[in-house]
Amino acid sequence: MGELSLPGIDYGALLPMLILFGAACLGILVEVFTPRRSRNGIQLTLAFLALAASFVAVIVQHSTRKITIGGAVAVDGPTVFLQGALLVLGAVSLMLIGERSIERGGPFVSQAAITVGSQKDVKQANDQPGMTEVYPLTIFAIGGMMLFVAANDLLTMFVALEVFSLPLYLLCALARRRRLLSQEAALKYFLLGSYASAFFLFGVALVYGFSGGISLSAVHDAVANPQRSQILLYAGLAMIAIGLLFKAALAPFHVWTPDVYQGAPTPITALMAACTKVAAFGALLRILYVAFDGVRWDFQPVLGAIAALTMLVGAILAVTQTDMKRLLAYSSVANAGYLLVGVLALNEEGLSSTMFYLVAYGFSVLAAFGIVTLVRDADGEATHLARWAGLGRKSPLFAATFTFILLAFAGIPLTSGFTSKFAVFGAAVEGGQTWLVIFGVITSMLLAFPYLRVVVMLWLSEPSETTPTVSIPGFLTSAALVIGVAATIALGVVPAPLIDLTRDAAQFVR
Amino acid sequence: MNDFPFLSILTLLPLVGAIAVALIPKAKAELAKTVAFVWSLVVLVLSIFMWIAFQVDGDRFQFRESYAWIPSWDARFTFAADGIALVMLMLIAILFPIVILASWHDVEKTNRSAPVYFSLLLAFEFTMIGVFAAADIFLFYVFFEVMLIPMYFIIGSFGGQRRQYAAVKFFLYSLVGGLFMLAAVIGLWVVGGHTFDFSKLAEAGASIDQNTARWLFLGFFVAFAIKAPFFPFHTWLPDAGGAAPAGAAALLVGVMDKVGTFGILRYCLSLFPEASRWFAPAALVLGVIGIIYAALLAVGQNDLKRLVSYTSIAHFGFIGIGIFAFTTQAGTGSVLYMVNHGLATGLLFIVVGMFVARRGSNLISDFGGAGKLVPVLAGVFFFAGLASLALPGTAPFISEFLVLIGTFTVHPAYAVVATAGIILAAAYVLWMVQRTTQGTLNPALTEVPEMKKDITLREKVVVAPLILLIILLGFYPKPVTDVINPAVQATMQDVGVEDPGPTAVVANERVGR
Repeated sequence: MGELSLPGIDYGALLPMLILFGAACLGILVEVFTPRRSRNGIQLTLAFLALAASFVAVIVQHSTRKITIGGAVAVDGPTVFLQGALLVLGAVSLMLIGERSIERGGPFVSQAAITVGSQKDVKQANDQPGMTEVYPLTIFAIGGMMLFVAANDLLTMFVALEVFSLPLYLLCALARRRRLLSQEAALKYFLLGSYASAFFLFGVALVYGFSGGISLSAVHDAVANPQRSQILLYAGLAMIAIGLLFKAALAPFHVWTPDVYQGAPTPITALMAACTKVAAFGALLRILYVAFDGVRWDFQPVLGAIAALTMLVGAILAVTQTDMKRLLAYSSVANAGYLLVGVLALNEEGLSSTMFYLVAYGFSVLAAFGIVTLVRDADGEATHLARWAGLGRKSPLFAATFTFILLAFAGIPLTSGFTSKFAVFGAAVEGGQTWLVIFGVITSMLLAFPYLRVVVMLWLSEPSETTPTVSIPGFLTSAALVIGVAATIALGVVPAPLIDLTRDAAQFVR
Repeated sequence: MNDFPFLSILTLLPLVGAIAVALIPKAKAELAKTVAFVWSLVVLVLSIFMWIAFQVDGDRFQFRESYAWIPSWDARFTFAADGIALVMLMLIAILFPIVILASWHDVEKTNRSAPVYFSLLLAFEFTMIGVFAAADIFLFYVFFEVMLIPMYFIIGSFGGQRRQYAAVKFFLYSLVGGLFMLAAVIGLWVVGGHTFDFSKLAEAGASIDQNTARWLFLGFFVAFAIKAPFFPFHTWLPDAGGAAPAGAAALLVGVMDKVGTFGILRYCLSLFPEASRWFAPAALVLGVIGIIYAALLAVGQNDLKRLVSYTSIAHFGFIGIGIFAFTTQAGTGSVLYMVNHGLATGLLFIVVGMFVARRGSNLISDFGGAGKLVPVLAGVFFFAGLASLALPGTAPFISEFLVLIGTFTVHPAYAVVATAGIILAAAYVLWMVQRTTQGTLNPALTEVPEMKKDITLREKVVVAPLILLIILLGFYPKPVTDVINPAVQATMQDVGVEDPGPTAVVANERVGR
């Protein structure tokens, strides 16, 4: 047997992810060894500490540019930036997840396996504390996302995809209220997500057949200098793209989004809307910019059509929604379209502006779902749009906050929604994709209508007797809202520091 | 004095005021009103100082200030004013205290909060001053969009009937225009060399590819035409003007709509000269159609506020043909028209508001013979109407006349058709006055106790400065035209058009031969 040389592993560069996976495993042990009543506090603290430690590790690594662990992980500008973004957005989502004071026991079910509607279920809905496994699951998900944006070969990417998807499937099923809806959402997400993963894996196999390697640089070289049939390349790329487009909720692979967003516990919806978007687009950027750069002329029009379709579908269907969470879901579909416009610029501006958009949108959408968790009646969250009528008279502060977030989604200047749209559209014009920008502008007009309808309901309608109350947020939700709103203002008024950061980070290693 | 940062302070001052007023509790309504009024007077005083400091024969752009904002996009807080912006800023500074005073009791009829209303008015003043003072296209765009928000809430929360519909329609129309402009702004930024500075872009503008420039022009023009509004983008204005509280409606047509015409003059013409010339015939046709069509609709209105809104659309037709005639005379006339229209229509809206507040109805058919009950107010109404139809001796006459003769030298046909608009103006104004204040007294009016109260002292203070200015500028417009003229000449130079020589001289030469 010949000498077997082990690949070098830079543990420092991997530390952010290692911390999270370690903490998640520790969290499972906590479940086993600590008494139930003290678990929540311990788990929450552990999760926050893990995110903070990981964030510190990312900061320390901020100038690292290398490929490590045998070419499986690339730590470069986009990786560091997106991992930092994931950690911050994840921490804010964790605040919403950890909130226990709005509803007795929190937004999660106590034992998910109990049959819905049974006597035990009624009992646990009333007085059992929510399950604390959500914390390790969340940390696993965030860790997987961090690996996803750093993956430098297709198999690592697939593993990361599964690592962050499986916890999310579970988390979706854990709502305390409307459990059937929640379980249906989880099942739908799981089934469709599995198909998407299968497509991704099949695509990886085909691309491996084409290039003879799975690392992105091997694919890049093979694309530049093809040895085998191009059909393998195109079919493989298409299938990999389907897997990623599904996670990013781009039309026509978006159909799960409204159901899952509506059924999942709202803090989990917030986590998905903010962090899954970052992860999916981070991976999409890396695949397209690093591996398949050589066939950009082939995929640009196809993905352009998908971007246009996504914006259109998201905007038009958002108009018809009557449920707040579904409306936000379609709005997030449309925003995925705008993000893809930025991606398709296929230049450095495209990369930096997309990363900027991801962060800006993440904060706004977290604040939006944070407010949704507060508007409640006796049956839990009151998400039907008609129920929000006249809320501005009853709780002006929250209505004003929500109005501000909606204006940000509509892209009104002095909010992050405007600067981020400007950034991606500017990059796209630069990249010769003017038609997509015109499409984006037109769909923005359509999309303004549903937002405005909500604003009208909040302020200009008279409150009725059935108007739900706005719960007083606990410390964690308040903190999440303050962070989300402050970031939305700050990135709208003084976006320069973050723009500079994204520009400095906008260079992949190959 | 010229180094004093007038424009940035002038822009920020109302914002500070708006925040201060918003923090006053709802119960202390009087305090909020007083603070808002005094604050707007401070803005007025500062504007007067700025007017004095402006050098008529100096540079085109004065009071230039520039601060870094988003360096990687080269977006800056750049403020600068030419003569056109200066007169508009002055108009804003004059109208706001008047409107605040005129709106003194508007909120009391609703159960809404007075501090919020006056805070929104000041916030609106902030965006208005900002949009005219900006010399950076990014900054201009920001103000252009943000100004929708205070006005949206003013109409939506404090307006009359159908206010929700009107507010949403107003917002969506403007937003659609704004987004077209956003696309054009991005395009301009990319082809213009990654800068937003107006002066740099104006230089780069000439080198933009002809086709691209036309598309970019269209993006800007649609936004401004909706804002102005020109036919056929006007349908939001009667709804918004009809639903808004009278004071806010005066600001809506008096100031905010001028952003459209101002934007065409400053941005469309100077940045895309070739495209401006190419599109001019179409714009002239739209202007003329607007004059006739809106005037005809105004004749048929039974709602006073909607009627005044339609008259405004007709007047914007005049401003439009004045701009696109590309003569200094017509251009100066247009800018002067923007000022005079703000004064005259502002006055008309405010007086209509006084009638509506007394009667509790916008409908002309609910009035009739009101002059017998409130003779002085009816007299002011009549004067405002006459100013609005451009009677000689009132300020609008001068501007309308300038526009018409300036247009006649190059496009006689359009000028002739537009002149018919004057006759229609007489018809709608006089008929409105007749049906409202003249004739036999509507018996229903005597049953409304408020209708017996003639003009109050507060209302006199509100209308007096406007009446004075209308008469003063009607006889002596020189201080304003002196400021406007160089800026308009510079704009015409940007477009690359020279005024036609006086034809009378040519005729004499022929006789000499």
